[in-house]
This record gives sequence, C-alpha cells and structure tokens, in this order.
Amino acid sequence: MSTTHMNTHDAHDEHHDHDPAPHNVFGFWLYLMTDCLLFATIFATYAVLFMNTAGGVSGKDIFELDFVLVETALLLISSITYGFSMICAHKKDKKGTLSWLSVTFLLGAGFIAMEIYEFHHLIVHGNGPQASAFLSAFFTLVGTHGLHVTAGLIWMAILMIELIVSGFGSRTVTRLSCLSLFWHFLDVIWICVFTVVYLMGAI
Amino acid sequence: MSILGKLSLDAIPFHEPILIATFSAVALGGLVLAFLLIKYNLLGTLWNNWLTSVDHKRLGVMYIVLALIMLLRGFADAVMMRLQLALSTNGGEGYLPPHHYDQVFTAHGVIMIIFMAMPFMIGLMNIVLPLQIGARDVAFPFLNNLSFWLTAGGAILVNISLFVGEFAKTGWVAYPPLAGLQFSPDVGVDYYIWALQISGIGTTLTAVNFLATVFKMRAPGMKLMDMPIFTWTCTWANILIAASFPILTVTLALLTLDRYLDFHFFTNDGGGNSMMYINLFWAWGHPEVYILVLPAFGIFSEVVSTFTGKRLFGHKSMIWASGAISILGFIVWLHHFFTMGSSANVNAFFGMATMVIAVPTGVKLFNWLFTMYRGRLRVTVPVLWTLGFMVTFTIGGMTGVLLAVPGADYVLHNSLFLIAHFHNTIIGGAVFGYLAGFVFWFPKVMGFTLNEKLGKTAFWCWLIGFFLAFMPLYVLGFLGMTRRLNHTDNPDWNIWLYIALVGAFVIMAGIISQLLQLYVSFRDRKDNMDTTGDPWNAHTLEWATSSPPQSYNFAVIPTVSDIDAFTDMKEKGEAYVRKDSYAPIHMPKNTASGMLVSGCVTVMGFALIWHIWWLAALGLFGSFVFLVIRAYTKDVDYYVQPDEVARTENAYLDSVAKG
Repeated sequence: MSTTHMNTHDAHDEHHDHDPAPHNVFGFWLYLMTDCLLFATIFATYAVLFMNTAGGVSGKDIFELDFVLVETALLLISSITYGFSMICAHKKDKKGTLSWLSVTFLLGAGFIAMEIYEFHHLIVHGNGPQASAFLSAFFTLVGTHGLHVTAGLIWMAILMIELIVSGFGSRTVTRLSCLSLFWHFLDVIWICVFTVVYLMGAI
Repeated sequence: MSILGKLSLDAIPFHEPILIATFSAVALGGLVLAFLLIKYNLLGTLWNNWLTSVDHKRLGVMYIVLALIMLLRGFADAVMMRLQLALSTNGGEGYLPPHHYDQVFTAHGVIMIIFMAMPFMIGLMNIVLPLQIGARDVAFPFLNNLSFWLTAGGAILVNISLFVGEFAKTGWVAYPPLAGLQFSPDVGVDYYIWALQISGIGTTLTAVNFLATVFKMRAPGMKLMDMPIFTWTCTWANILIAASFPILTVTLALLTLDRYLDFHFFTNDGGGNSMMYINLFWAWGHPEVYILVLPAFGIFSEVVSTFTGKRLFGHKSMIWASGAISILGFIVWLHHFFTMGSSANVNAFFGMATMVIAVPTGVKLFNWLFTMYRGRLRVTVPVLWTLGFMVTFTIGGMTGVLLAVPGADYVLHNSLFLIAHFHNTIIGGAVFGYLAGFVFWFPKVMGFTLNEKLGKTAFWCWLIGFFLAFMPLYVLGFLGMTRRLNHTDNPDWNIWLYIALVGAFVIMAGIISQLLQLYVSFRDRKDNMDTTGDPWNAHTLEWATSSPPQSYNFAVIPTVSDIDAFTDMKEKGEAYVRKDSYAPIHMPKNTASGMLVSGCVTVMGFALIWHIWWLAALGLFGSFVFLVIRAYTKDVDYYVQPDEVARTENAYLDSVAKG
C-alpha cells in the first residue's frame, strides 16, 4: 500500500502529516542512497589498495570461487524467498509471510555463517586484516556487507516476533517493505562484491 | 587493563591552570543555571517543551543555542591562538606550550565547522523550511529530535576532552600518519573520531529527513521550481550532505580500524596509503563548505528581496546556480592538495573546475544586485550583513581563484594566505549569512524584534574586526608564514600578527554587542512585540503564521499559486482570513527516546575513546533497546481539537487586527 505512494506527490489531505507511513518507504529509499555511497567509498578504497599486498597473499592466493559461489547462491535465493513473503504480506497471509521469512532468515544466516568461516579460515592462516592493506580493505568491504546482512537478520527476527505476537498492524507491511528494500539492496551490493573482489581478484 | 580501560585520575589535567580555571568557570556556570532553573521552576518546562520536543521550530532553537555556545567556545580558542602568536614573536615562547596550542587549533577548527556552523545552519533550516513549504512539521519528527541529540552528543564529547584527557593535536583534518596510532597514541584523535562520527550520522539523518520533507510535504500547488529560494538552497545542501557525509563516515571508520585493530589503510607500513585518507577527507570536506555556504546564499536572497520589497531577480537562475555549485563542489576536492604531486593535467583539471565555480557564484551576486536595482532598500541589520557579505565574500572568492592556480598554490599551500582565504569565505559568507538569518527570523521565533542599534554596532565590529584580523594573514602568507606555527622569530611578521590580534578583539566587541543585544531586546520585548507575524512585510509562507508560530504551523494548509506565496495571498486578500470551523489537526507527541538513544551512543563513544569495552557494549545495546522500544510505542500522536485551533487562530487574528 505504501509502496504505491512512493512516487506520488499528492498525499496532501487535511491531516497528511500525522501518519508518516506514506513517507516511510520514500525516506528509507533516501537512506539507502546514503548507504550506497558508503559502500561506494569502501569500494573505492578497495580499488586503490587491493594491489598493496605488502609481500603477502593476493586475492588469487586466497579466494575460493566455489565456496563464494555457494555463499552467493544463498543470498540471491534469499532475495527471491523474501519476495514470496512480501506477496503473502500484501495478501495479509500471516502464515505464508512467516514461513517465507523463516526460509529467508535461514538462508541469510547460512550466508553469514559461511562468511564467518571464511574470515576465520583466513585469520588462522595468518591472513588476517592486519597482514596488509589489501587484506584490511578486503575484510572491511566484505565485513561491512556482512554487518549489514546481520543487521537485516536482527530486524527480520524482530518483525517476525511482531507478526507472531500481534499479527498485521497498521505499519507492519510498511516495515516489511523497508526491510525488503534493504535486503534486495544488500543483494545488489553483494553482486558488486562478488564481481569486483572475488571474480576480478581470482583472475 | 583495568575495568576503566585507559581512564585514570591522570587523565584530569590538574597541572594545567588554564584548564582548571575553565573547568571551574563552566562548573560554576552550570550550577548557577541549575539553580535558576530550579528557583524559577523551569525544569519541567525545559524537559516537556524543549528537550523532548519533536517540534521542528523548537529543535531549531535548540540547534541555534548549541551553535551559539559553541561559537563562544570556538571563539575563545581563536583569541587564545591570536594572543599566543602575538606574545611569541622574536623567539619568545608565549604562554601556550605546543602540545596545548595544537589541541586549541584543532578544537577551534572542529568546533567552528562541525559544532557551530553546521548546527546554526541546520537550526535555521529546521525553523524555516517546513514553514516555507506550508507543512506542519518535517517528514520524520522523532528522527529530527534524534538528529539533534546525536549532534549534541558529539559536541559533548569534544567538550569533555577539555577536562578528561586531551583533544587531537593534528589539526582539524587529522591527516594520517600523524593521526595514526604510531604518532598519536593518546586519546585525542579518538575524541575527534567519535565526536565527528556521532554528529555526522545525525547530520546524514537530517538530510534524509528534510529531503523527504521537501519532496513529499509541500503545500498543494507549490511546484518544485516554486519553492522559496532558502528552501531550495537548503535542499541542495541536503543533497550534498546525503552524498558526502557517508564518505566522512567511512573515512573515520577506516581511521578507527587503523587505530583500534591495527589495520593498514593509512599507515606507513603494510601497504597503507595515507593520501587515500586525504582524498576521502576532502571528497567530503569540499562539499561540506558548500553545505555551509549555500543556505547562507538562500538567506541573503530572502533578505534582499524582502527589504527591497521586490521579487528576487532570477529565481530560477538562482536555483540552477546553486545546483551548479553543488555539482561542481564535488569535482574540486583535489585542490586541497595540489602539492600531493599529481600530474600537471590532473592538477589543471581540478584547478579549472575550481575556477568555474566563480561563474554560478557570480550569477548569484548579479542577481542580488539586480534585485536591489531600482528597489527601495531598507537598510536594516540583515541588509547590513548582506551588503557586508557581498563585499567581503567577493574578496574571498577572488583569493580562492588565485589559490586554484596550481602553480600559485605550490607557493601558498598551507600558508596563512590559505587561512585568510577560507576564513574570508566562511566568515564573510556562511557566518554573516547565519547572523543575517538570525536577526531576520528572530521575531518569527521569539515574537519580538531585536534591538536595531546594538545589531548595527555588532555588524560594524564584526566587519571591521574581520578585515583587521584576516587581511594581515594574506600578507603574512605572502611573507612566507605557514599555518599552525606555535612561535615565530621573524621581525617582518610582528606588526601583522599584532594587527590580527587587535582584529580578534574588535570581533569580540561584536560578539559582546550581540549578547548585549539579546539581553536588551529581551528586557524591552514589550515595546517590540511582533503582533502581526509579518514584521518585515515579507514574501514567503513562514510569515503567514503568528510569531511565534502555532504548534501546528497552519490551521489550514495554504494552497499556493505563486513563488512569493504570502505576498500573493496578501494581494488577493486571502491572508488573515477567519474561518468558521476548523478540522482537528493530527500532531506527533514529544518523546524522550531521542535523548535516550543518543545518550547511549554518546556513552558508547566515550567508552570507546577510553577502551572501556564493557561500557561500549552496554551503550550500543542500550541504544538498540531504546530504538526498538520507540518503534513499538503506539502512543505517539494526538489531535489538536477544533475548538482549541479556533481559540489559537482567533487570538492571532485579533492581534493582527489590533496591529
């Protein structure tokens, strides 16, 4: 409902400013743009520093594309399942929404688990972020994305509790829509990470 | 490591008499304030009507109060520096040892830019922008309150550093490797990082909030290109904030990782690249100066058109000139370090891009001149600030074009010529603008006008003081004096350093006049009441409300059909119309959540500065919990009932009718 308001400029009835819901999704879009620039800055830093391996490993030595491909698949599929849960949400289908959100949550958690495993693996082999500017930039870029996904998971858990406890309230769909934008946005960022960091690094 | 991390009694500078005296004065002032608040039973008012308020006008006032307090702090730093440089000529040591002096100039820069100019600008925007577009509040009133408290949290951290530990000794730009752990192992840079980080996030949220407001909440009939010029320049500034503050967030985060976790972004070893920091810093820092000055341009535009009684000349070209400045402002950052040693072509590109900015700025100056042309200019205090700006800023602009020549920059880089230049543009541009806006909108906010005579005294002191304080710095730059020197022994420089000190004292006389002006105006307020809500016969919708405005701003949202919406209403006889009945108005309720969330974040910042990890975790968790509680609070709004609206409106219209 609020998504349809996104591009209209006419939400100007007499008491338009008591209910921020029509503005929420648009405001969240604007926030996402600032987040996008945040990632752009980290990408730029990575691009400047990825050759500075300080005599240590380069991307070629440490990236395992098969592993990352599975990670990527988990995250991309989680976007689809989030889409299914939104379809259910618009129908006010509580059970369907919750089921698809649970699947999304598990996929996202799987992604994070794999990322933690990868980081742990690198660190125990002496390739932690302190080893070189390249690894600092790598851990920061991938880690910032990971922190965002983690924040998304916490948010998702809270919304699932909201759904279980009180069902669809007046703002629930708006909240789900915002998280949906956030989740898909993180997918787009991941595709850039996958391409710029892993694919180009492994060549 | 102890439970308090690096914090111990050694962090309190008992051996610094200047700091102990300052602390005593601040503590005494705080006690007196607390005593007065209790004596006059104002604590409840302060809490209910101000600190927890989500009303954009009250938040705006709090921003400006913060800005004025920080102006006094930053100005005290400035006087200390000028005094030191005047006392330490001919090989003398002066009274400020280098480690203290370095903190003073760092704090001066950080405070004046981040905690004086930004809150002043955002405060004026808060008060005026929603009124100008005929809205009842901003898109996200709670977020607005949170933004304010995050800014205040950052300011609190900077000021704590005065008495607990120390502030950065790196200059306000905190370039690594100097700002890295190797060369700045103390907490100073950490104070810098967390103060800027926390307030910067508040500023980003402000931009998101106000962009959503102008795009979604304009009064019916107000097209984008019909928005008042101040609203437009603020909108450009908000676009710049949204596009540039994330860069600052990342830059500070990377420096944090270097300092806390041994990363190698900007270190000398491990493949780090400190020039990357400098590039990123100015990719934020240059747009930042346009964020400061564009709203000031908007204020001058409103002032000129109001006091000539004419429509602003070239309203559309003003909007596009602001847009051009905004876009160009993003592709000139490298001119801050031509001496980095890029190729000649790269330097030439950034030099030319910089010079091109003079064109849209020139468009604006001519627009103001053409607005005045054949107008009947009323020389009020805001107009004086505007005229003073037009002369001063033009000089600053010309020295800017000089600095934009890479060859010349190699000579002038980091010299006092540069210091003179940016004070010339920031004081002569942004600060004069905010002070004009302060006098211009003061009656709208407080309900009475400011004393004209003391306002004029303040202006002349500021203007003369500015020229005395900063023109010598241009000369000193040419004579080879570099910035951030603690003491000198070049007899040729002495006279100019003395003149600059005199200038600082003349500016001080200006500031004292302004404090006096506030006192006298408050004392005599009964004689200077603004009964109509439109003391200047102005053009835009903020003047279509009472002074101070009703909490809901507009009983009925106006329908707009002209750029000068209120002038249009007055001409058509649609202003001051009494309605038979009013609809209930839905408004947001005040909340303490913003203070609680920001309080936790500030505690987290303090804990991180001192490596008190458990407290940092607690602060982070606390802010999260308070945010979630806020998100699930149902009781967040209320209705102003029609009879109350009618009472308020009738009282206002009666007062207008009486004159």
